[in-house]
Amino acid sequence: MISGNSASAGERPVTGSGVGLPAFRVSRSTRLHLFVLVVSVLIVVGLVSVPMWAQVSVTRTLITLFGLVALAQMWNLLAGFAGLISVGQQAYIGIGAYGLWFFGDELHMQSFVAAVLAAALAALIALCIAPLLFRLRGGYFAIGTWVFAVIVMLIVSNIQATGGGSGTTLNSVANMSRDTRIFGTYWMGLAVAAGSILAVYLLLRSKRGLALTAIRDNTLAAQSSGVNVFRSKLIAYVIAAFGCAAMGAVVALNLLFIQPASSFSVNWTAYAIVIVVIGGLGSIEGPILGAIIYFALQQTLSQYGSTYFLLLGVIAVVMATKVSRGLWGLVTDRWDLHLFPVRRGLVLGSPPKEKPTADEKPVPAGQATP
Amino acid sequence: MNWVNVTVQGILLGGLYALFAIGLALVFGVMRLVNLAHGDLGILAAFITLGLLRSGHLGLWPAALLSVVIMFAVGYVLQRGLLNFTLGTDDTRPIVVTFGLAIIIQNALLLTFSADEQGLDAGRIETASIRINSHLAIGWYPLLVFVLAVVMVAAVQTFLNRTKLGRAFRATSDDREAAELMGMNNRHIYALAMAVSLGTVAIGGIALAIRTSFDPTSGSFNLIYAFEAVIMGGMGSLWGTLLGGVVLGLAQTLGSQAFGSGWGIVCGNVVFLIVLAFRPSGFFARTVTA
Repeated sequence: MISGNSASAGERPVTGSGVGLPAFRVSRSTRLHLFVLVVSVLIVVGLVSVPMWAQVSVTRTLITLFGLVALAQMWNLLAGFAGLISVGQQAYIGIGAYGLWFFGDELHMQSFVAAVLAAALAALIALCIAPLLFRLRGGYFAIGTWVFAVIVMLIVSNIQATGGGSGTTLNSVANMSRDTRIFGTYWMGLAVAAGSILAVYLLLRSKRGLALTAIRDNTLAAQSSGVNVFRSKLIAYVIAAFGCAAMGAVVALNLLFIQPASSFSVNWTAYAIVIVVIGGLGSIEGPILGAIIYFALQQTLSQYGSTYFLLLGVIAVVMATKVSRGLWGLVTDRWDLHLFPVRRGLVLGSPPKEKPTADEKPVPAGQATP
Repeated sequence: MNWVNVTVQGILLGGLYALFAIGLALVFGVMRLVNLAHGDLGILAAFITLGLLRSGHLGLWPAALLSVVIMFAVGYVLQRGLLNFTLGTDDTRPIVVTFGLAIIIQNALLLTFSADEQGLDAGRIETASIRINSHLAIGWYPLLVFVLAVVMVAAVQTFLNRTKLGRAFRATSDDREAAELMGMNNRHIYALAMAVSLGTVAIGGIALAIRTSFDPTSGSFNLIYAFEAVIMGGMGSLWGTLLGGVVLGLAQTLGSQAFGSGWGIVCGNVVFLIVLAFRPSGFFARTVTA
């Protein structure tokens, strides 16, 4: 039983050699992961500096990419780990955008504070609606999330103060000084993208992450092993709502204008699905890879309108039927490469680095459930 | 008295939603497939009818009939050639594939027919009505659609209960391995179920197209209404689905009468959430039959 007592550098030596068994230890990190960590930090530091030397058009384009990365991570957290296939995350994207308007323009808060509050509001709403939506399973859950998004959109469109269906300009954002707005929005976008990756990473490394992985692999088996499926799914759903709303707020900060038909558009789900099926479901790397590939597609082909969307549909169908584990799945099949140390592996033949300490007691059966 | 009128309109509108919902419920019952392209396939049938009309050789009713037959065939081929490969233990795949199909259909229609609103003209029957008294008039066309919905529900239910093929549908629904062991070809059964499903949704799509204007993006809302009718009615009961459609139609028309036209659809959705909260298995839940 893996429990408590984490050792340095992400190593978790557990249960040494048993009688008649070769010496082994459970490990998650390798030298590769140290390298990945260094490279990731360098990339983030590099990206932080971009608005200081690049043109505004570059930062604006990068914000789009950050949004896609965050969206894909959140959708993958739901579909790839919690077994929740949502076609309604646009509900939270829209709540993020309109929450920004509400806290910023109506309650006159500083825009970046308003954006964070909007995300928190979305998480709260998700917490309330989830028990209702979780009554639906599989495909019906998917349509249920869509219905919820439609309801929120219709309510927002019917309120006069929001400008109704024709939308409204975000005055509080537009009135900020230009530099504050451009730098702040960019950094916030970067924080949302990096934060979404970090959040999924930390969640998957935790005990709850083990539960989510178990649910992904076999819900029934996980449940009968004592995993609290409802709570695990709820946590994933609320985190995804927060992330999507934060992303929606960043998109709104970037555009300075919000409109129900675009903020609550089901196209967001189309993007998320296409990105995740290109990259591969159920890993952290897949959605990042997918977002970069999709971003390239979008930059070159989105001018073709309907033809471009038609292509997205074809990609979704072909990838899901022919390459169901996505491009990153092909990579891991061939090289067993995992950039993020979220998996636990047995290292045979190496003695445990550290004796189990006194506080690593066997966990009583009743408390073993995450 | 206006309320009586609105109530009658709501009930009749429910028939249209039921026409969309029958097929969705059927394929879920037989093969646990939730077809996210269902609404768009209904609209596709309306556009096929429009295309046949424009080609100039057929009148509305022969064109509509031919469209239903075409959609029946499309259903068989689609299931056999694509959707059968998505069924299995993984929930994600059929959802992603049918969602992808929905995007493909919508945008193919946009490219072919543009985003303009279209209509199918059925002539005098669209406006003819039966005048009950000075306040209440029932349109012939909505009434006809409602009767059609009742007939379709009865026909599909009888087909499932009484015929050999219907028994096969129910058998695969109950236990697909056992049915296979008894010598049934599940892939063929699934394809037939999808054919029936798309045949019925084609009728719904054409009925909608005669009633109101439609465009390539009309499908999503029809999927949502069909879904709400299925869930409110209770999975496994087609009569329940009809009732679910009626409740939804009533909620929408009464809602827009009470709060203004923009709120009608909101009311329909909210009533759905209330039913989901207090009666999650629907009005007539029967778990296993198709």
